[in-house]
Amino acid sequence: MKVLVTVKEVAEVADDFEIEGTEVDERYLEYDLNEWDDYAVEEAVQLKEDGPADEVVTVTIGPERSEETIRMALAKGADRAVRVWDDALEDAGLLDVETKTNLLKSVVEEEDPDLVLSGVQAGDDAFGATGVSLADELGFQWGAVVNALDYDADENVAHVHRELEGGVEELTDIDLPAVLTIQTGINEPRYASLRGIRQAQSKEIAPKSLDDLGLDAGVIESDLDVTSMYEPESESDAEIFEGDASETAGQLAEVLREKGVAE
Amino acid sequence: MSDVLAVTEHRRGELRDVSFEVITAGRQLADATGGDLHLAVVGGDTEAFADSLNREGVDAIHTVSVGEEFNHDVYAQAVEALHAEVDPEVLLTPNSVNGLDYAPAVANSLDLPLATDAVDLDYDDGLTVTREMYGSKVETTIEVGGDQQAVTIRGAEWPAAEGVGDAEIAEFEADIDTDAGSTVTGFEEVGGGDVDISEADFIVSIGRGIEEEENLDLIRDLVEATDATLASSRPIVDNGWLPKNRQVGQSGKVVTPTVYLAIGISGAVQHVAGMKGADNIIAVNTDPNAPIFDIADYGIVGDLFEVVPELIEQFE
Ligand SMILES: Cc1cc2nc3c(=O)[nH]c(=O)nc-3n(C[C@H](O)[C@H](O)[C@H](O)COP(=O)(O)OP(=O)(O)OC[C@H]3O[C@@H](n4cnc5c(N)ncnc54)[C@H](O)[C@@H]3O)c2cc1C
Repeated sequence: MKVLVTVKEVAEVADDFEIEGTEVDERYLEYDLNEWDDYAVEEAVQLKEDGPADEVVTVTIGPERSEETIRMALAKGADRAVRVWDDALEDAGLLDVETKTNLLKSVVEEEDPDLVLSGVQAGDDAFGATGVSLADELGFQWGAVVNALDYDADENVAHVHRELEGGVEELTDIDLPAVLTIQTGINEPRYASLRGIRQAQSKEIAPKSLDDLGLDAGVIESDLDVTSMYEPESESDAEIFEGDASETAGQLAEVLREKGVAE
Repeated sequence: MSDVLAVTEHRRGELRDVSFEVITAGRQLADATGGDLHLAVVGGDTEAFADSLNREGVDAIHTVSVGEEFNHDVYAQAVEALHAEVDPEVLLTPNSVNGLDYAPAVANSLDLPLATDAVDLDYDDGLTVTREMYGSKVETTIEVGGDQQAVTIRGAEWPAAEGVGDAEIAEFEADIDTDAGSTVTGFEEVGGGDVDISEADFIVSIGRGIEEEENLDLIRDLVEATDATLASSRPIVDNGWLPKNRQVGQSGKVVTPTVYLAIGISGAVQHVAGMKGADNIIAVNTDPNAPIFDIADYGIVGDLFEVVPELIEQFE
């Protein structure tokens, strides 16, 4: 079986930052592998190590810069990668769920995987919807917020746990082909070994333009238009203790005593 | 055509709080669009659910009696059929784990632009959605175009609808294939274990700011010195450093202590869902803009590795 993992390079915002128009100024952004995708990659690599999967391919929508992040996934055991990018995407504003769905769909159709794993959400735009939308577009089955996966090769069924709110998990059987969105905690993502990092250098990252995928620029037209971005007005009426560590700790200790929780 | 269709949610025989919040959000929107508010109730004891959901401001309740529990294939088909029937301008669903298991599929099938996890909605000629990015560090407003839209709303952002309504309640007959490829086989409770943090009066909770498992000893020393109960945010549990029963949040425990001391925790919405009911929230964090300070009563902007040892000294 072939497993395709959607891998996103997400931006993290520094503690102090400035907003330029409807974007955080580039100087304050740091890029990293999306936390949830890290678990998805690990799950796919484990499926390969345990037998059911023959090949693990990653797919990323991102500029050349994101190859650094893609190499991390390759170093952890993915076999090769596809990277979708285009000048038209460079100029596009927000990539909404529909756009990502259509771009990823073309790659899935080309790769023809049995199982697609994606993160529950991306740490930056946090739509949390692309995996399920993609499944619907492909006519695949799906499961959102999966924190346990047991693949049954005889029946070609994924027995999964979906993590609901409040410490309850739903047990669900999902026929393949399917898209599962992977929740953190499903496994322990490995660190890339030195050997893995070396091997990753020689693995293929195939760039694909819209043309390559048989798509036209219409695919990135979006009904979602970001009209403003701002730091949320702090509703904070917190009393902030001032001073060095010993002073602030002293004031905090006083509050704890005052509230009667510590002596 | 400017009605609103809102989908409710239940689990194991009970309506979830967000079902009443989605009524408030839906009514607010329907007032602005000048339309009616329709509710969808799918599965379970639809009659009893419809009675409870008949709150002020609801115009119509459509019940779809298929299955006991949530199943995304059933929900997607039911909501799509109802959407065709009601033809609303905006489709609202909860941004819950289950909401995210069918709303994106419905939006895709019906070709509706989708905005998830809305914290505010505005309507003036068109729909504007407010949502957060970068772990709540920034907020954006997004104009959602098209003739019809789909929005999932964050829980606990709108008050629960109250009062008694006089909605028209009717069974909606939808042609639903119940054998569509996914089957819910049961539920499992997780957690349990040695302590029940939801009973604790003083919680010291640690987040990713602790960096390494070894550093947890520092927090354990504080817990011992102050006789507190140790809890954590999700990454600590994901790493296997603490058992699941110590996790506070949406997918963990809800706690209501007298004091919740959050150390090295950013205050992500899913964490806050579990601890915002604490009488006093105190945060220790190096980042003055961390969202946790928005809900804190007291705070230290500082390095936990400097503050915590000093704090321990205060109690030794
Ligand atoms: C469906 C779903 C369910 C979820 N359920 C839960 C849940 O139940 N509970 C939960 O907690 N999360 C949950 N999450 C995860 C949540 O979104 C966040 O990822 C998580 O809460 C972040 O944990 P954190 O605050 O410890 O880490 P981070 O967000 O990484 O924050 C670490 C903080 O530590 C501060 N810091 C760093 N170093 C220091 C230092 N030396 N001194 C002081 N401060 C420092 C940083 O400034 C930062 O604010 C869920 C997510 C999803 C998608």
